[in-house]
Amino acid sequence: MTAWPEEARPSEPEPLVQRAGDAADLLIQDAHLIDPGIGLDRRGDVIVRGGLIEEIAEPGSLEPEGVTEVIEAAGLHLFPAFFDPHVHLRTPGQEYKEDLETGTRAAAAGGYGGVLAMANTAPPVSDRGELEALRHRAGLDAVVPVGFLATLTRGMEGRDLVDMSELREVGAVGFTDDGLPIADAGVLARALQYQRMCGGTIALHEEDPALSGAGVMNEGTVSTRLGLRGIPSTSETVMIMRDAAIAGYEGGRIQIQHLSAAGSVEAVRRAKADGVDLHAEVTPHHLCLTDEAVIDLDASRHKMNPPLRTEADRLALIGGLLDGTIDCIATDHAPHALHEKEVPFEQAAMGVTGLETAFASLFTHLVVPGTVPLEVVVEKLGSGGRAFGIEPFRLAIGETANFCLVDLEASWVVGEDGFESRSSNSWCSGDELTGRVLTTVANGQVAWRLRSFTLEVA
Amino acid sequence: MRDLISIADLSREDVEAVLDRADSFAEVSQREIKKVPALRGKTVVTLFYEASTRTSSSFELAAKRLSADVVSVKSGGSAIEKGESLKDTVETLSAYGPAAIVIRHPAAGAARMLGNWVDAAVINAGDGMSQHPSQALLDLYTLRSRIGPLNGVKIWIVGDILHSRVARSNIQAFGLMGAEVTVAGPPTLIPPGIEELGCRVVYSLDQLDEADVVYLLRMQNERMEGNFIPSTREYARLFQVGDQRLGPRQLVMHPGPVNRGVEIASSVIDSDRSLIAEQVAAGLVVRMAIFYELLAGGESDRMAPEPLPTIGDPA
Repeated sequence: MTAWPEEARPSEPEPLVQRAGDAADLLIQDAHLIDPGIGLDRRGDVIVRGGLIEEIAEPGSLEPEGVTEVIEAAGLHLFPAFFDPHVHLRTPGQEYKEDLETGTRAAAAGGYGGVLAMANTAPPVSDRGELEALRHRAGLDAVVPVGFLATLTRGMEGRDLVDMSELREVGAVGFTDDGLPIADAGVLARALQYQRMCGGTIALHEEDPALSGAGVMNEGTVSTRLGLRGIPSTSETVMIMRDAAIAGYEGGRIQIQHLSAAGSVEAVRRAKADGVDLHAEVTPHHLCLTDEAVIDLDASRHKMNPPLRTEADRLALIGGLLDGTIDCIATDHAPHALHEKEVPFEQAAMGVTGLETAFASLFTHLVVPGTVPLEVVVEKLGSGGRAFGIEPFRLAIGETANFCLVDLEASWVVGEDGFESRSSNSWCSGDELTGRVLTTVANGQVAWRLRSFTLEVA
Repeated sequence: MRDLISIADLSREDVEAVLDRADSFAEVSQREIKKVPALRGKTVVTLFYEASTRTSSSFELAAKRLSADVVSVKSGGSAIEKGESLKDTVETLSAYGPAAIVIRHPAAGAARMLGNWVDAAVINAGDGMSQHPSQALLDLYTLRSRIGPLNGVKIWIVGDILHSRVARSNIQAFGLMGAEVTVAGPPTLIPPGIEELGCRVVYSLDQLDEADVVYLLRMQNERMEGNFIPSTREYARLFQVGDQRLGPRQLVMHPGPVNRGVEIASSVIDSDRSLIAEQVAAGLVVRMAIFYELLAGGESDRMAPEPLPTIGDPA
């Protein structure tokens, strides 16, 4: 399914890039298979040969003939691998925070079979050379397939459009100035007009700089108590309303990044009802935490943009997830080094990591208490590529193997054994979570094995 | 008390202990020799990341009156200007083994962070728009000295509540001691939910005559990054406190520095109802009391010097 007419599409390279590896040959015995997208919910054996799902059958019915690995998975769950449309891999230029290998390793550890990297690197990915070099690097380093967005405006300066068509030709999955809003409405309108020719979903960080000001957390009673400058939720909501109107008028496709506020959910709901082609993301931290968490002033865990908001906002986000207003869960994985976080809250960098804990945090905070069904979490973690024309992975015969094996009984303390990410600014650092990804197969290759689980199996 | 970070951490008893101690130091301040040996041999570091006259000078003098060795570091002219991080600066200064670190910082929570890093007692001399607890304590001391207990006393805090750490500390401190607090100012300078700190909000001075104490805040031009008020002229017209707004028994306080002719009329500053000079004097004795309670309070009540070490004693 594509948003743009076929004749308007330049010949595109594969959207995702990964380093070469061995195709998996393995047998998973008696796992609980769940793929909400195709209504799969049963126990069964899965055999993978040459990286493809060759057979799915009754538990105990498949023989391990010719496979190199057998995983006894009774009591474990097998989900289609997740897909994150919003991560920061910090390459090029900020490899001290993260690089393509550590970032994709973190993704694999979280059960992801693919991620899309944002373009606000140093320098930003605004031209063909940068993008080609990055994709080349990903072909050497990326443990799970990565797609790259380019910036929408040159150097993220908010004025001149990048060479969108050329960037599409060399593999830009979409365009975004993420980290910054497109403050000038005319720039967005022209980009959406240009999109008719070259495609490429435009992902939008929605924030009105005049309303956000120098804010560092949600504006409300907590910011008042702490004496911190607030970012009102209207800062996000009014920009979504503006951009939905522009996209509706121009007819282009936009992805609304990281919704955080009740008013924003309502704005997306109305725009969808009006037929605007827009997709919306929400992060695990906005689904699980509120601005009350900021009271500890722990910037490493609780400072990000958009900020954590109120309980009413959190509940509205959950409502949007359940009724389909929100299309997918994206982590906005934003690694930062210790010295950028171990400073007073107002001076700390914005952003938290989330790839390694996305499933476990949502399972612990939303599924276990019965707030959100497991199937919804699995589906929304898997559907992040849709807005960019990348369909969710499927647990079906003949498909490339893209799945994660998860122990829903396992409890673990986040960060206890370190992180796969180069950075440790996880919003759940130190928390005890339930649900652990044991093995991830991405694009037919084994991308992750939890060490303790591997030893146990061996 | 181990640190003094926020009024929210204090009980009424903690506050009264500091104010009682300050009373005893007020007597010392009348002596010809104003120094006591309570902190002899101890080191106090003051670390100021923001401009300050009265707070920095009174903390320094308070520590010296207690015979502490004082090291004063200001952001201008130090390695902070070269981009040294707060943590690195603090680790450097910690090498002197300070008994207390007094910190003023433009970011909220800086003092609390410091408290997690160092063994020294940390005294918050103002962090961003968050807290200024020593100011609140000296204001309580000033009021107690003039009018006695604060139970049921009506205190109006007028002006820029949004950007004011003094407002946050003082709303909590006045409330803790039983006063009824009202904040007044234009809505653009009153942050949402301030009522939760324990106060009523009004947008005019129409009922100012009910106030026993009028506590004025400075219009903080350095924290005004937007158009919070249309003009100082309009602000002064609505919220400036001059003699015509005040009845004979009403007292006026201000944490300083004042903008004469903006939030307060000059004639009020210089009148009998002004406690501003008393607040400054109280600053010294209350800060002596804070040091004493944090650093010496647990040891002994007498202010006699500890015995000198014997010469040759390796300790």
